[in-house]
Amino acid sequence: MSNGQNERREMTGAEMVVQALKDNGVKHVFGYPGGAVLPIYDEIFQQDEVEHILVRHEQGAGHAAEGYARSTGKAGVLLVTSGPGATNAVTPLQDALMDSIPLVCLTGQVPTSLIGSDAFQECDTVGITRPCTKHNWLVKDVNELAATIHEAFHVATTGRPGPVVVDIPKDVQFAKGIYVPPQTAPRTSYQPKVQGDLEKIKAAVELMAGAKKPIIYSGGGVINSGPEASHLLRELVDLTGFPITSTLMGLGAYPASGKNWVGMLGMHGTYEANMAMHDCDVMICIGARFDDRITGRLTAFSPNSKKIHIDIDPSSINKNVHTDVPIIGDVGRVLEDLVRLWRATAKTDKKALYPWWEQIAKWRARDSLAYKMNNDVIMPQYAIQRLYALTKDMDTYITTEVGQHQMWAAQHYHFDKPNRWMTSGGLGTMGYGLPAALGVQIAHPDALVIDIAGDASVQMTMQEMSSAVQYEAPIKIFILNNQYMGMVRQWQQLLHGNRLSHSYTEAMPDFVKLAEAYGGHGIRCDKPDELDDAIREMISVKKPVLFDCRVATLANCFPMIPSGKAHNEMLLPDEATDEAVANAIDAKGRELV
Amino acid sequence: MNAQHLQPTGSAYFIAKETEKPETHTLSVLVDNEPGVLARVIGLFSGRGYNIESLTVSETEHEKHLSRITIVTRGTPHVMEQIKHQLERIVPVHRVVDLTVRSHELGQERPLERELALVKVAGTGDARVEALRLADAFRASVIDANTEHFIFEITGKGSKLDQFIAIMKPLGLVEICRTGVAAMNRGPQGM
Repeated sequence: MSNGQNERREMTGAEMVVQALKDNGVKHVFGYPGGAVLPIYDEIFQQDEVEHILVRHEQGAGHAAEGYARSTGKAGVLLVTSGPGATNAVTPLQDALMDSIPLVCLTGQVPTSLIGSDAFQECDTVGITRPCTKHNWLVKDVNELAATIHEAFHVATTGRPGPVVVDIPKDVQFAKGIYVPPQTAPRTSYQPKVQGDLEKIKAAVELMAGAKKPIIYSGGGVINSGPEASHLLRELVDLTGFPITSTLMGLGAYPASGKNWVGMLGMHGTYEANMAMHDCDVMICIGARFDDRITGRLTAFSPNSKKIHIDIDPSSINKNVHTDVPIIGDVGRVLEDLVRLWRATAKTDKKALYPWWEQIAKWRARDSLAYKMNNDVIMPQYAIQRLYALTKDMDTYITTEVGQHQMWAAQHYHFDKPNRWMTSGGLGTMGYGLPAALGVQIAHPDALVIDIAGDASVQMTMQEMSSAVQYEAPIKIFILNNQYMGMVRQWQQLLHGNRLSHSYTEAMPDFVKLAEAYGGHGIRCDKPDELDDAIREMISVKKPVLFDCRVATLANCFPMIPSGKAHNEMLLPDEATDEAVANAIDAKGRELV
Repeated sequence: MNAQHLQPTGSAYFIAKETEKPETHTLSVLVDNEPGVLARVIGLFSGRGYNIESLTVSETEHEKHLSRITIVTRGTPHVMEQIKHQLERIVPVHRVVDLTVRSHELGQERPLERELALVKVAGTGDARVEALRLADAFRASVIDANTEHFIFEITGKGSKLDQFIAIMKPLGLVEICRTGVAAMNRGPQGM
């Protein structure tokens, strides 16, 4: 990346920041200026190689950078000032940490001479962000600045990706020092293991070859590993004929249209996926982490299976679930070996899997995503299905907020490619989707970018509509408006005797007028037979759209594994009567989140 | 089959009967000596709900800027494995060795562990004579004294220090300072 003229030049710290961004291939930075980053903003002003996207709140910058990163596979970059700028970035940093998204966050800091004096807009940024980053640095010497930023990119994007923070005091931005270009020699203490142990992979192949009731359970690690990993996953599924399910984070790695797809698993996954997980004899977990939303009650989790776990992070192995064959390495590299060994040694007798597929077909016949269609009111599931039908053949990227709409989107919007689905999985951050859509649209200006939103979540970061208008980013905010915090209400119905404490929004803004106030376009639809035309209008408008889709207010999200229950104790939509809902969770399960 | 591998902390989903017995282990952690590295290690323990019974840290290789952190912690074997892996994720951490596990592999009961304490005892008459006599029996040395007090320096296993301090209590114990455990495995190999 470096070229001769950049070798060890003298420049100011602020110049170094911009030079280092260029040398690390950065094209876009999301940020918000302030006192402690003014020298860097001055440098940004004087060049046009790195484009700065001005947000309206630092949380928006972080989520936009996350959307950018997840849709491109590159690091997302944000630039914020000291104090409140840095603290506002904490939510997206933790979000990126939990979902393993590479983010580089540059924060301004008060001058080194003032650090510790409770100066104006001072906070202990490295202290506050230590637990919500993969690593962070406070740079006190301008001569270490360039190398630190290069290292930050290296740490953020390699191994298990994650967010990093580089805190740069204002005097360091002004000081002159020597710029060093990116170097390939990383620090000796940080050496992620990418190549899997061949003996373990052999053991995995052996176990898989003997499986009668196998299931592949893949996750976000496949997507993080890059497009080649998704390709290899598809190849593995084709070769073995095994059924495959995926976590929320992993949707798209294996196509939802693929014949071995059994749908998403977990709390709101399909009946067939969860039953197959429960009854399988060999489970191949690829780049997922046995999160509580996936496993349900651990003591009853897939009790009779041998488990193979491929993960780049050794701490994910045996964390929640005991693994019989752990393989530590990059999913792509491990799959390469696994596919090669499978071809060389294992012969799948696909006929041997017939009884298993027959069983899966029986579970599938329960039609766990069914809902009662209504001709007068738009059912939220129907809205997603129509949205999918009308956009699936386009170059579409979907983001979401968090709640019922997110689960309906995961269930009813089907992804055939990786990097097309951006949602806050681990942290569950309401307000993620709108700024994330902005970030995706900046990276893919000609694509159709839709945020499937809820009426409550979308108001948390609504201000970024203004950024979208400024940068002519025609993001489509498709709001499933039921006037409730739907998932909160669903849990109050399940756990708290239907006492709907503060989950109803009595004063809802007029989203159409709001869109217009921002300079965008507003659409409202409340009739099922007008929905298609309204969606077509949304697609055709070349500016940011707020689509107020009025849906059935009391619809709930099923199927569901109630808290404290196992995979084979799902609550199915046709069984979810008021009484069943009220009694679904016992006293022990009530404590759980 | 997973029941015996559950960890007690983390999400409320993992509340389940713990069937493994907690054990005390001594960990050696080799880290880059840079600002904040100790905070990263301690933050990991508090953030994930692990115990710290003793913590000792000092630079051990000046030229390489390496510090060695010795942590005595308590948890089930499963939690111990998690602690080790979580520590290894910290970017400036070079190596983590569970000295207790290592000593078992070497056929030994436990690693070598030593701690130093400074113990101040004030008094006159018989108590003062008794304190000095007992200090001699424990091979504690007097490093400061006047007619009314002694400061003893004592080195040994934690249990020996505990015992010495308990004995000094009725003899005019004023204050105690302990270093925490320094530890390594027996034999010619390094960590």
